[in-house]
Amino acid sequence: MSKIIEQLDNETIGDRRMPRFRAGETVRVSVRIKEGSKERIQVFEGVIIAWKAAGVSSTVTVRKISYGVGVERIFPIYSPNIEKIEWVRRGRVRRAKLYYLRELRGKKARLSEVHKAKAPTVN
Amino acid sequence: MSLGILGTKEGMTQTFDEKARKVVPVTVIHAEPNVIIKHCTAAAEGYSAVQVGYLEKSANRTNRPDAGQFNKASATAGQTIAPRKHLHEFRLDSDPGDDLAVGAEIKVDVLAEASFVDVSGTSKGKGTQGVMKRYNFRGFLRTHGTHEFFRHGGSIGTRLTPGHVLKGKKMPGRMGNERVTVQNLRVHSVDTERNLILIVGAVPGPRGGVVEVRPSVKKG
Repeated sequence: MSKIIEQLDNETIGDRRMPRFRAGETVRVSVRIKEGSKERIQVFEGVIIAWKAAGVSSTVTVRKISYGVGVERIFPIYSPNIEKIEWVRRGRVRRAKLYYLRELRGKKARLSEVHKAKAPTVN
Repeated sequence: MSLGILGTKEGMTQTFDEKARKVVPVTVIHAEPNVIIKHCTAAAEGYSAVQVGYLEKSANRTNRPDAGQFNKASATAGQTIAPRKHLHEFRLDSDPGDDLAVGAEIKVDVLAEASFVDVSGTSKGKGTQGVMKRYNFRGFLRTHGTHEFFRHGGSIGTRLTPGHVLKGKKMPGRMGNERVTVQNLRVHSVDTERNLILIVGAVPGPRGGVVEVRPSVKKG
């Protein structure tokens, strides 16, 4: 990447740099939602099935089952709409992208937890 | 017709619109100051323009005819003007005045007041391409018995009248690597300190390609 673009990206990110979450981790994403003139925060909790690391353009795909229906949302992690991303737990996975979870239902779609896992930090 | 600037396409990135809370895709153009090397006047050349040079190069890399141009510019300006890699003419409405003297620099702030710009550059070369990619022909049905004819252009003319293929008939061939202009691109911001222009959307050419940025002719 060009040095200039790297510099601009760092300025955009500022002190909001996010830790590097991994696929398989469960996270709680707080999203700012605007309704008319009011603004509130909605929490979306689910499993990360893809983390696209691309500097300021990084996105995270979070999947959850809502009333029996799979729901996925892709968040640009440095968007001003993202209030915060909280780490909940880490599941044991052997892939970087967990698209196979889409095909699985019920008990098969569970991930076993990695005990003693710690939340990733910004280094 | 107004003054623009030559710059180098650095690449694309994203910024965020704090108000609309949306991702804004931007192209970053790095434009070191362009130096004016010649005036074209209505009296002498029949039109008004300034010739500018962009990116210094060593004298060893300059051939004699080009060096002559820069020597002449240095003599007019009364200071040494180093040879430049890229030369370009910007047409003006009237003859360039003292504010655009030979030897003066054009910086990114020429675009500070423009909210929209036109950008010209050389598009990425695509090599030999078929008519579907090159001219957006539709190709043929994939089913109904089509045999070895999926991406062809079809008929290229009629029979004895006129008896030849019309000139300019769109056929496969070299694609890209030509001058392309994109009009009415919104300016995101101009950074006079680092000589950067941030333009919303895409711009022709590869990263590192030289592009010409002018205030928009259609939207001021």
